Amino acid sequence: MIAPLFEFAAFGRHGAIYAALAIGVAFGWCLERAGMGSARKLAGQFYLTDLTVFKVMFSAIVTAMLGAFWLGRIGVLDLSRVYVPETFILPQLVGGLVFGVGFAVGGLCPGTSCVAAATGRGDGMMLLGGMFSGVLITGLAFSKLEHFYASTSRGAFTLPQLLHVPYGVAVALVVCVALVGFRGAEFVEARMAARTSR
Amino acid sequence: MSVRRSAAPSPYSNPYLVGVGLGLVLLAAFVVMGRGLGASGAFASSAAGATALVSPQRAQSSALFAGYLKADGGAWSEWLIFEIIGVAIGGVLSAWLAGRLRFEVERGPRFSRGSRLATAFLGGSVMGLGAVLARGCTSGQALTGGALLSVGSWLFMIGAFAAAYLVAPFVRRAWL
Repeated sequence: MIAPLFEFAAFGRHGAIYAALAIGVAFGWCLERAGMGSARKLAGQFYLTDLTVFKVMFSAIVTAMLGAFWLGRIGVLDLSRVYVPETFILPQLVGGLVFGVGFAVGGLCPGTSCVAAATGRGDGMMLLGGMFSGVLITGLAFSKLEHFYASTSRGAFTLPQLLHVPYGVAVALVVCVALVGFRGAEFVEARMAARTSR
Repeated sequence: MSVRRSAAPSPYSNPYLVGVGLGLVLLAAFVVMGRGLGASGAFASSAAGATALVSPQRAQSSALFAGYLKADGGAWSEWLIFEIIGVAIGGVLSAWLAGRLRFEVERGPRFSRGSRLATAFLGGSVMGLGAVLARGCTSGQALTGGALLSVGSWLFMIGAFAAAYLVAPFVRRAWL
């Protein structure tokens, strides 16, 4: 096991800042290349005219998931030292629903709004401002939400544990779901394009 | 090199190829840092830092902000703040090389500029609330937690897309 490098102290806090910048640059580059700094393109996801969001997200999830699985399997990456976001069933479900409403209205998500704003989109800048205000107000009123925020805690709880299957089986299942999803996405896009050109 | 303002911008890249690239970036974050990507955490940490500048007591009275403030180096040295600065730089570099840098407000043909700026702000603030409750957004939960098979992250993703599809018909005019 040699990775995660930071966890095995291959570099310190300064190194972590350079890593953050480098990883961020690559992240922003990918988002822009796919057109994910464009609110109208992202909104196409919700009217089924442009399913780029789904395609990019799921190719990324599948790639990183397979990479983490295999690097763990061959003993390069110690998965027990990779932070898995903890599960809080109700707050994350409700938070997701609230987030989705904002996503449909605003058209960009927090990460893509940074790309939109940086590349000259006024709507991206406003969304950044809204996001900051929303987080600020929520933070100031946090005492009212605290109880709900901490409820239904399950710790690091993963799909293999939920489904009672080995890690590899869950990985294979997600790959299958993604492949079916990609076929479906291409079909839906073609149908919508045919409908609008008629 | 000059910014190709007048020339037609290059078309966007193949979404599957970019997705694989993005997946490798996420994998690099796992391998290098032992953590994934994020975005909303940078907003939360800077909101904590900003509140502490105005009133340290007020910031400490919020358990959310206090958590960011007690981190090593304080709220402003949160890893995600540097990552998100990188995101902006990477986005500009890519858009510049593709001739896609331009000042505009993206909106549907029947939607005014002012309305679009207002809905962008409104949507952003609603997402702010959602991201705090869910402990992350499309980056920290959907992408990162999705790839690590976290149940809560998949719940977040399902909830977010379900709500967006339910609300989309009511805000159609903003886009189409």
